[in-house]
Amino acid sequence: MSITYIGARVGMFILVVWLATTVIFFLPRIASDRNPVRERMIMMAATGNLSTGMEKVVAAYERDYGLDQPLYLQYIRYLSSVLRGDLNVSLIRHPTTVMDLIQERMPWTLGLVGFSILVAFALGSLSGATLAWPGAPTWLKGVLPIFLTLSPIPYFMLAFFLIFIFAVRHEWQPEWWPMLPIAGASKVGTIYDGWDLARVWDVVRHSILPASSIILSQVGFWALGMRGMMITTAGEDYVTLAQMRGLRPDRIFGQYGMRNALLPQLTSLALAMSLIVSGVILVEYIFRYPGMGSLLFDAIAGFDYFVIYGVVLVLIIFVATATLVLDLVYPLIDPRVRRAA
Amino acid sequence: MQDQSAETGQSSAAIRASSEADEARSYSAWSQIWYYFLHERMLTAGVLMLVALLALWLIGGQLVDPKGAEPISGPQAAPPQAKYWLGTDFNGRQILPLMIHGAPLTLRIGLYAGIVGLGVGIILGFIAGYMRGTVDAIVRIISDVFITIPSLAVLVVVASTIKEGAGLSVNAMGLIVASLAWMWPTRVIRAQVLSMRESNYVEVARLNGMGDFEIIFRELMPNLLPFLAASFVGAMASGILAAVGLEALGLGPQHEPTLGMTIYWSIYYGALLSNWWWWYVPPTILVAWIFVTLYLIASGLDKWANPRLRQSL
Repeated sequence: MSITYIGARVGMFILVVWLATTVIFFLPRIASDRNPVRERMIMMAATGNLSTGMEKVVAAYERDYGLDQPLYLQYIRYLSSVLRGDLNVSLIRHPTTVMDLIQERMPWTLGLVGFSILVAFALGSLSGATLAWPGAPTWLKGVLPIFLTLSPIPYFMLAFFLIFIFAVRHEWQPEWWPMLPIAGASKVGTIYDGWDLARVWDVVRHSILPASSIILSQVGFWALGMRGMMITTAGEDYVTLAQMRGLRPDRIFGQYGMRNALLPQLTSLALAMSLIVSGVILVEYIFRYPGMGSLLFDAIAGFDYFVIYGVVLVLIIFVATATLVLDLVYPLIDPRVRRAA
Repeated sequence: MQDQSAETGQSSAAIRASSEADEARSYSAWSQIWYYFLHERMLTAGVLMLVALLALWLIGGQLVDPKGAEPISGPQAAPPQAKYWLGTDFNGRQILPLMIHGAPLTLRIGLYAGIVGLGVGIILGFIAGYMRGTVDAIVRIISDVFITIPSLAVLVVVASTIKEGAGLSVNAMGLIVASLAWMWPTRVIRAQVLSMRESNYVEVARLNGMGDFEIIFRELMPNLLPFLAASFVGAMASGILAAVGLEALGLGPQHEPTLGMTIYWSIYYGALLSNWWWWYVPPTILVAWIFVTLYLIASGLDKWANPRLRQSL
């Protein structure tokens, strides 16, 4: 892996983060002239939480956050605070900082995204590879079209179907039909100290439906890509040679077939990252899963400006980082790229 | 000239005799299209699903009173029954007219995204692929950057800032999501132009003294048509995906019953916990239907454009 390759990738990462932060700073200001702090104050006044001296408070806020300064100064101030990891304070849950809120929610999102991608990627790639190889089981051929049909459907749409089937009671369901929870990540009102088995089971139960709706939609996508690559790989000379050398079929399948066909899948994963994360955000919101998605939704509902900004920024940086990691890992597992780079 | 046509007539007769599959290829564009329709099951299924969707809008719109989509036109949260086929929502809107009214709105947003996405994609893709060099590098980097940025995140910031009172109109919504639907078309078209401009027939055209514009419009464009069509459908799908996502978060048009907004209201009024399934299941099915339709059409067109894919499936 050469310095130029790493440099280009890191440069791309910086460009993505900088451009994204710039776009989300300027676009809303061009599109409207709302003042989130003033609006928040008016809202509080309307509910009787704040009666006198509102103007003073607004002015203090504007001074504190530099909202009264010219746009380019605000921009510089904003960039430097982002670099410092300072994402301001929640307007609703003042004085909790946005960073604290995000740190509380991020592990749930990371867990859900990581787990779902891993399972979907493994399941999809394995079944896709099997399908392209001679002697694929018939049932798998029958299942693939089902998953292919599910693959264009947004995750959170599948979430509704899963809720309909597995989370609400209908007359057609027999007694033993499983009912899974649809709200939150653990049972409401239970306080756990530490991670015992009961708590793990509770968390797993609550994650089944959100994770399934992501996995169901992704498996078809990975299977289709893997199948295409594996068909090409199966026709390669080195596979024929391996067969002639009398290597064990599972070794040819794994070491000669899958290992080579898997590489373009990783490129697809890097490209699909942003879509996957957008999808997961919506799934979290549907299931009230305590991750970034619910945080974002609550912030939108209450027009908690800084929280919206912070969540969006962290998501963008998260996706850019994941893409960078995949880009840097790629040459390590593909010698051809290593040499070319 | 006459000799030539006689010759082609002869040769096509020979081909007809030799194999049935080759037959369609030697015929006119229309019979070619017809051929693919009969043999491309994905494309056919997709087009049929689209026709069904349009029929729901056109015929359903005639049969069902649009007033039913307004609040308190029916009882509150009534399950499906003879009078209200798909039941009613919490505010007494009837679900069936709501769906018939809402589906075309969602499709319209997709149409904007398709048009803008493809238009920008064509311009950038052709400029990059044809001029190469620095321009190409810039276009490639910019489209890669925007592919990496989760567009839903950016759209959430924009939409939540603009949202005031009535929220966005359907048209504004369409334009906003369309502004981030151009990356994949640009990428695909650029790659195609890049490889096509090296092909022999472009070389011949250039040697014959054709100008750049003439080459683009008379040589490259016609050959790219299936790709362009597939890109258009792809941009539509990504636009609808973004729009439905924004709407489900409550950032869509507040007074228009788009499918995503219906989903938002159903969550807002607790339809999930109250088991008012008839409220959220129909819009979910319709949205899923739209995505499967677009996916089938895009895949079918892709296979048409890419004969190698045809064999492998």
